[in-house]
Amino acid sequence: MDKNNLIVYCEFEDGKVADVSLELLTKGRQLASKLGVKLEAIVIGDNLDKVEEQLFPYGVDRVYKVSDKRLYPYTTNPHAAVLINLFKEIEPQICLMGATCIGRDLGPRVSSCLHSGLTADCTSLEIGDHKDVKTGKEYTDLLYQIRPAFGGNIVATIVNPECRPQMATVREGVMKKEVFDAAHKGEVVDLDPSKYVSDEDFVVEIIDRHIEKSKINIKNSPIIVAGGYGVGSKENFDLLYDLANTLGAEVGASRAAVDAGFTEHARQIGQTGVTVRPKLYIACGISGQIQHIAGMQDSSIIISINNDPNAPINTIADYVITGNVEDVVPKLIKYYKKNSK
Amino acid sequence: MSLNIIVLAKQVPDTRNVGKDAMKEDGTINRAALPAIFNPEDLNALEQALHLKDANPGSTITLLTMGLPRAAEIIREAIYRGADSGIVLTDRVLGGADTLATSYSLAQAVKKFGNYDIILGGRQAIDGDTAQVGPQIAEKLGIPQVTYAEEILDLKDGFVTVKRRLENGVETVKAPLPCVVTVNGSAADCRPRNAMRVQKYKFAVSPSEVAKLTDRQKEIVENRPYLQLQEWGAAFVDADPEQIGFAGSPTKVKSIENVVFTAKESRVLDDDDAAIEDLVKELIANHTIG
Ligand SMILES: Cc1cc2nc3c(=O)[nH]c(=O)nc-3n(C[C@H](O)[C@H](O)[C@H](O)COP(=O)(O)OP(=O)(O)OC[C@H]3O[C@@H](n4cnc5c(N)ncnc54)[C@H](O)[C@@H]3O)c2cc1C
Repeated sequence: MDKNNLIVYCEFEDGKVADVSLELLTKGRQLASKLGVKLEAIVIGDNLDKVEEQLFPYGVDRVYKVSDKRLYPYTTNPHAAVLINLFKEIEPQICLMGATCIGRDLGPRVSSCLHSGLTADCTSLEIGDHKDVKTGKEYTDLLYQIRPAFGGNIVATIVNPECRPQMATVREGVMKKEVFDAAHKGEVVDLDPSKYVSDEDFVVEIIDRHIEKSKINIKNSPIIVAGGYGVGSKENFDLLYDLANTLGAEVGASRAAVDAGFTEHARQIGQTGVTVRPKLYIACGISGQIQHIAGMQDSSIIISINNDPNAPINTIADYVITGNVEDVVPKLIKYYKKNSK
Repeated sequence: MSLNIIVLAKQVPDTRNVGKDAMKEDGTINRAALPAIFNPEDLNALEQALHLKDANPGSTITLLTMGLPRAAEIIREAIYRGADSGIVLTDRVLGGADTLATSYSLAQAVKKFGNYDIILGGRQAIDGDTAQVGPQIAEKLGIPQVTYAEEILDLKDGFVTVKRRLENGVETVKAPLPCVVTVNGSAADCRPRNAMRVQKYKFAVSPSEVAKLTDRQKEIVENRPYLQLQEWGAAFVDADPEQIGFAGSPTKVKSIENVVFTAKESRVLDDDDAAIEDLVKELIANHTIG
């Protein structure tokens, strides 16, 4: 088997590959092409029939499948054992995972065992060269792992010059999911689980599990009405739901609004929430701190409604409405209803 | 059953208000320049440990932290809230470590400490937000990990049952002891300081802090072993020089930049009816809405 490729660990639940994994495959395809290597995917679980059909359109050249009843639902050691043992054979140069409860549990375990570096929560991944300032040694084609640091106040570019694989996790929504070629086909490699996992790896037992499909899908909504602390109350947030219903939009929020209990965490947008890039983003009573902007700056059109004409978010807005949320939002609803027919 | 509990904690710079000057040229953090606090989720972990101690009289909680000597401050804070003692792992050669080198160093300290039943720590520290050190220590020690813990439901017969808080739900798992459990911010808050413990332990100091005491205070510390916090170095925990500090870190910071967002030319509107109706019409006309 050829070595030195780029591999993405794909999460699989309810017969579906997770969005975050498909987003990473999209990014992985670009990086692998740039490096001139194959894009590989690994799926570990149970009932993996035909999973490759979901993966190939994203440009995957090879899918490794490891299927065993005991490998679903995810537990740490068995999945880690598969990756560790497989990586010793195929020596990938890059391994990407979702910065999810699974990826952030699995990645460090694997990187510790392989003594490879791991960078969490990257917001951008690039290929580039590097010169070590101390030794003067030059490296080509490293993975630049770019992430916010220090609470989002700075952005750091991290490299792993010597150790492989170069590992990184990325949060859901940060990368764009795009089909590479619907007709693309790759190879499937079924791995024998007993060669990669031993009985002793099954140490942690899942007694009970309640996973709900998230009802909130702000990431894929073309229009987002987002509320901040300036919305003032849970009751006022209802105004935002009204506007969202009128426009066919979803409601998002800043962390301050979530912390204040105005709405649920699943709606939080920003560095520690979801990253969104809708056609229209209406920011209501949001000041626009770095950590919030990091999650919505790629919106095509931004409207800011804020009673402070100097709110930082106004600098990145296309339209600034200086006024109170409770006055402006009902007017938007009223004039949309009047003019939309 | 009395337990030996280790709580991993970190003294972190308060990341809410820092700029570029907080970083050194080599890309590592200039911790000395910032206000230092007890990493919030480590306090959640401490509370879970205190719960276990309440339920298992005779248990001891030892705080283990790696950092500058001043990190003894968080050990005292933990003791005021009910922990028993603490160790600061501190050494120049440990500086500049990434998460892997940090985990290795801490795992060495845990091995030196020896007998333990469970290791608790916060999910992640607010200066790095990586959540990597807990799992990596578990791997280095060859023991299981349970991350994203919200509550320890039960500990008996060599097993711990833990409720985990995941993105879209909850999971209850049972893991054999010893293991590492990392605790979420959604777990119970840590209890406050206990006034009597503050009185009793206010002179609990590490060897490097003893120098700052008066002779009278020094004497008190000398006569009361429970006031003596420990300070361990790299050699003491048999750390391999190749695996610690900057040299032992596979990841290197290539560059640091301040965050800048490209400002747009915005159109500023009043909140009167005419302006808002015009805007709505425009957005409908260019198919942004509708
Ligand atoms: C490590 C870290 C991660 C973080 N991650 C995130 C994240 O993912 N997402 C996030 O959002 N934040 C995040 N934050 C928090 C972030 O720094 C800000 O605190 C938060 O975004 C502020 O929310 P806000 O704009 O709603 O509140 P505020 O900053 O309080 O702003 C409220 C705004 O409302 C305006 N206002 C008040 N009343 C009215 C009114 N009646 N009508 C109109 N306008 C009004 C005010 O002028 C002000 O501009 C993070 C912080 C840290 C340290």
